[in-house]
Amino acid sequence: MYDFTALIGSITNLLNETFSPFWAGLIMMVSLGVALLLFYAVLGLYLVYAERKICARMQNRMGPNRVGPLGIFQTIADLIKLLLKELIYIKNADNFLFNIAPFIVIVASIMAIGSIPFAKGLQAIDLNIGVLYILAISSMGVIGILLAGWASNSKYSVIGAMRSGAQVISYELSVGLALLCIITYAGSMQFSEIIASQQDGWWLFKGHIPAFIAFVIYLISGTAETNRGPFDLAEAESELTAGFHTEYSGIKFAFFFLAEYMNMFIIAAIATTMFLGGWLPFHLFQWHGFNRVMDFIPPVFWFFGKTAFIIYVMMWFKWTFPRLRIDQLLALEWKYLLPINLMNLILIAFLTLMQWHF
Amino acid sequence: MESYQLLTFFITAVVLVGGAIIFAYYAAPKAPSATKSEPYECGIPTEGPTWIQFHVGYYLFAIIYLIFDVETVFIFPWAVVMREVGFSAFIEILIFLTVLGLGLLYAWKKKALTWE
Repeated sequence: MYDFTALIGSITNLLNETFSPFWAGLIMMVSLGVALLLFYAVLGLYLVYAERKICARMQNRMGPNRVGPLGIFQTIADLIKLLLKELIYIKNADNFLFNIAPFIVIVASIMAIGSIPFAKGLQAIDLNIGVLYILAISSMGVIGILLAGWASNSKYSVIGAMRSGAQVISYELSVGLALLCIITYAGSMQFSEIIASQQDGWWLFKGHIPAFIAFVIYLISGTAETNRGPFDLAEAESELTAGFHTEYSGIKFAFFFLAEYMNMFIIAAIATTMFLGGWLPFHLFQWHGFNRVMDFIPPVFWFFGKTAFIIYVMMWFKWTFPRLRIDQLLALEWKYLLPINLMNLILIAFLTLMQWHF
Repeated sequence: MESYQLLTFFITAVVLVGGAIIFAYYAAPKAPSATKSEPYECGIPTEGPTWIQFHVGYYLFAIIYLIFDVETVFIFPWAVVMREVGFSAFIEILIFLTVLGLGLLYAWKKKALTWE
């Protein structure tokens, strides 16, 4: 009912008829870039606001409530403040690597966001290896973190970066294997086909218990991959001040902060697409009236609703659990999640072979 | 067409970060001082070099990760064609994952997975 394919197709045709191919392509590239930039900025600002409001509620206090109604312009004020702060240069730091690190972190997260399907047809790029692409690109971010820590010439930063590197690469495996379970079920790595395979039920429900195990593992390791929640060893405030971005100031710090929130959005969006049916509405088996009512809600709302729910759960983790030690963190991944994940994959392969999912 | 979109994402990101840093460079005050450019360590001057040797455990985990990640990349194409190939694909992945699991077990027994 709400299909963006026709709209985008007609815009493309209009541009191609009006302008020469070069200019049409250029206009499309620029408008795509501007749309992405706006989306990225607004989403980043409001995720920070949401986090502050939610953590305030969980700690029984008010949170930001001075700038604008309910403090909704607080993060914009913070952004302007950060833009006007001095960029401090550190003595003996490796300046080239120090300056290139924020670029790498932001490039990784923007390139990953581009391939997320927001609604039917509302997807900038639908690669046939979509899941692999997003895993590969989003794991580039750790290079930025390692460079930031290494180049800062501060011991806190080096320790934070090393911990972060060990943590992100370890949990990368679990994320990949948990998504492999759904790829095995769906038989495709393209996001549009994975969503199409969930037309008659989301994989979380349709895939029996193995899909649920994969979902839980994905949530845990996704939280760890974004350096958040109980796994925020890399920036453990009480021992490392701020970890890998201790020495960053002003807008460069803001980019690391923004990238963390956008990575959280990416993790939640992939979870939505793979396990919760992406932009598909919630359907019950034979309740046609109920299903029709659900169909009326636009897919964009479904997508952002599910994503917001998963982001809320990840924030909930952060403000509920105490921080793990590095040995506990690595033991959790290598001695529990990885073996469980491998078993789970075999189980899912067997279920797919026997056609025992719905 | 796809490579143009990827290029667009890349340029967008570089423009966002570069533009903001250039803006901040001109708009923000500049008052450098010797104390300000010291590395932050709770106010105490840094002792010795910062680029030091760190815990060997990180290397071990990085090596094990490398092996497992390369293996995971092999499983991706398998997962896509699994349904079409059928039973023989299942047997093959069983052998593959058994070898991988034995590797993990070996690392476990060698105490490579224990942080000391």
